[in-house]
Amino acid sequence: MASLTPQVTPGTVPGAAPAPVSARPGRPRRPRVWRGVVLLLAGVYFLVPLIASFVFTVKAPGQGFSLDAYGRIFSTEGFGGSLLLSLGLGLATIVVVLLLTLPAAVAVRLGAPRLRPVLEVVCTLPLVVPPITFVAGISTVLRWGPDYLASTPFYQTIIALQNPGFPVVLVLAYVVLALPFAYRSLDAGLGAIDVRTLSEAARNLGASWPHVLLRVIIPNMRSAMASASFLTLALVLGEFTIARLLSFQTFPNWIYRISGSQAQVSVAVSVFSLLITWLLLLALSSAGARQRSGS
Amino acid sequence: MRDSRTRSKSRWAAAPLLVFVAVVFGVPLLVLLGGTFTKEGTFSTANLTESLQGAYLTALIGSVKLSALVAVLGAVLGTFLAQAVVTSRFRALREGVLTASGVLANFGGVPLAFAWIATLGNAGVVTTTLGLGGHGWSLYNFWGLTLVYLYFSIPLQVLTVVPALDGLRPQWREAAQNNGASTWQFWRYVGIPVLTPALLGGAVLLFGGAFSAYATAQAMVGSTVPLVTLKIADALTGNVLIGHENVALALSLDMIVVAGLVMAVYLPLQRRSARWLR
Repeated sequence: MASLTPQVTPGTVPGAAPAPVSARPGRPRRPRVWRGVVLLLAGVYFLVPLIASFVFTVKAPGQGFSLDAYGRIFSTEGFGGSLLLSLGLGLATIVVVLLLTLPAAVAVRLGAPRLRPVLEVVCTLPLVVPPITFVAGISTVLRWGPDYLASTPFYQTIIALQNPGFPVVLVLAYVVLALPFAYRSLDAGLGAIDVRTLSEAARNLGASWPHVLLRVIIPNMRSAMASASFLTLALVLGEFTIARLLSFQTFPNWIYRISGSQAQVSVAVSVFSLLITWLLLLALSSAGARQRSGS
Repeated sequence: MRDSRTRSKSRWAAAPLLVFVAVVFGVPLLVLLGGTFTKEGTFSTANLTESLQGAYLTALIGSVKLSALVAVLGAVLGTFLAQAVVTSRFRALREGVLTASGVLANFGGVPLAFAWIATLGNAGVVTTTLGLGGHGWSLYNFWGLTLVYLYFSIPLQVLTVVPALDGLRPQWREAAQNNGASTWQFWRYVGIPVLTPALLGGAVLLFGGAFSAYATAQAMVGSTVPLVTLKIADALTGNVLIGHENVALALSLDMIVVAGLVMAVYLPLQRRSARWLR
C-alpha cells in the first residue's frame, strides 16, 4: 500500500501497541495507562522481595539498624571451606569445559560440518534431562560400582572420584550441565570471526594446528570464552541439587545447612550472592558491548 | 587429498567431547534405565508401576500442575511486561529491564527461596508489617511456590519473547489498518498468530524450569507440597522401604519422559518462528 512509514524502529511504533484485549477507541491515551500499570505491578513484584530481604537482614528483633548479619557471614563455621570448595570446583569445571568444547566447536566450523547436528543434540540433552534424574543415575553408579568392580582397578577410581576434599565426580557432572551454555557461547563467538580464512592464512604461513588454535583462534575468542567461563562459574556456584544429594559441602549446601540456626545470615548470603551474580552479568554484557563496538 | 586429511583429523577434535558425554552422561542414564526395570535382581516393571501409583502419582501430577500453571501465567505476564518495555520510548527502561531479566532469570535455587521466606514467610518483613499471619496467610503451599517460581519465570519469558515482539513489523499493523482492521482484529489475525510459536516456546522453557526445580522447593516447603523432585530426593536419601530404592529411578524415568515430550513440542515451534522473525 502507499503512504506507509518506510522505516520505523520497533522501539517507536506509532501509537504504541496496546494489549491484545484492548480494542477501544482513544488509543493514543489508553496504552500509556496500560503500560504504566504493567510496569508498576512488575516493579512491585520484583523489587519488594529484594528490599524486604535486605530489611530482614539489617533489622534484628528488638534492635535498630545493624549490618551485623553481613559481618557474621564470615565468622560462621564452614563459610571459607565451602566457598573455596565451590570456587575450586568452578575453576576445574571451566578448564575441562573449555578443553572439551573449544576443539569440537572449531572442528565443526572447519572440517566436519556434518558433526554439527550431533553436537547440537549432545549439547541440548542436558537441558532436557532434569538434574535430579541425572544425580539419581550418578548415585546409583557410585553405589553399584563397589559391588561389581571391587576386584578391579576401577574400584579405586570410584573411591577417588568421591574424595570429600575435592569431589571430582561433581566436576564431571557440572561439565555436563555447563556444556549447553559453553558450546552455545563458543559457537556464537566462532561465528563472529572468520575462522576459515584465519586458520588457512596461518596454515599457509606454516603454523601447525596447535599453533593455529593457541595463537590465532583463541586470542580472537577472548570474550566468547570469558562469557562461557562466567556462565559456568555462576552455574557451579549456585548448583544445589547434585551436591546435596551426593552430600558434598559446597557453598549452596552450606547456605541451606545454616538456615536452620542462623536465618538472618542465610538471607544475607542470598542477597550477597544475587549482588555478585548481578555484577558478573553486568561485566559480561559490558564486555560484549565493547567487543561489538570494537569490531 | 590434503582436504580430506584435514577433515578426518578435525573429526577427532570433537571425539573427546563425545566420549566424555557418552561416559559421564550416558552411563548414569543407562544405569537409570536398567535400575528402573530391575527388582531383586530380575527384570520387572514393578518399579515403574509403583512410581505411577498412590503418593508417587500424586507428586508427579502435582509437579505437572505446578509447572503448567507457572508456564501459562509466566508466559502471559512475561509477554505483557515485554510488550510494555518494547513499546516504551525510553531506551534506558528497555536496557534496564533486559539486564535485570538476565539476572533474575538466573536467580533460582536456595537464595531465591530465602529471599521470599524473608519477605512473605511466617516471620517475613511484609507478613509481619501487614499482619498477614492473622489472615491465614502461608507461603509454604502450592500457591506460594507458584508465586516464587514466577519470580524467575517471568524474566525468562521476557528474554524469550522480546526478539519476537521486535520482529512484529510496524508495516504489518499499518497494512492491517489500511485494510480497515481494528486493533483487536490486528492482534487476533496478525499479531498473535505470528507470536504464537515464540509464546508457546517460552511456555515450554518455563515448564521445563519449574518441572525440574528442586532447590527452591526443598528450601521452602520441605515435603509439605507433593512434588516429584522432592519424592526422588527422599527416595535417594534412603527414605523408602527396603527393596524399593529403585522407585527413585523409575520416578526419574517418568520425569525424563514428561520433560522430553514437552521439549519435543518446542523444537519444531522454534523453527517455525524463526521463519517469520528475522
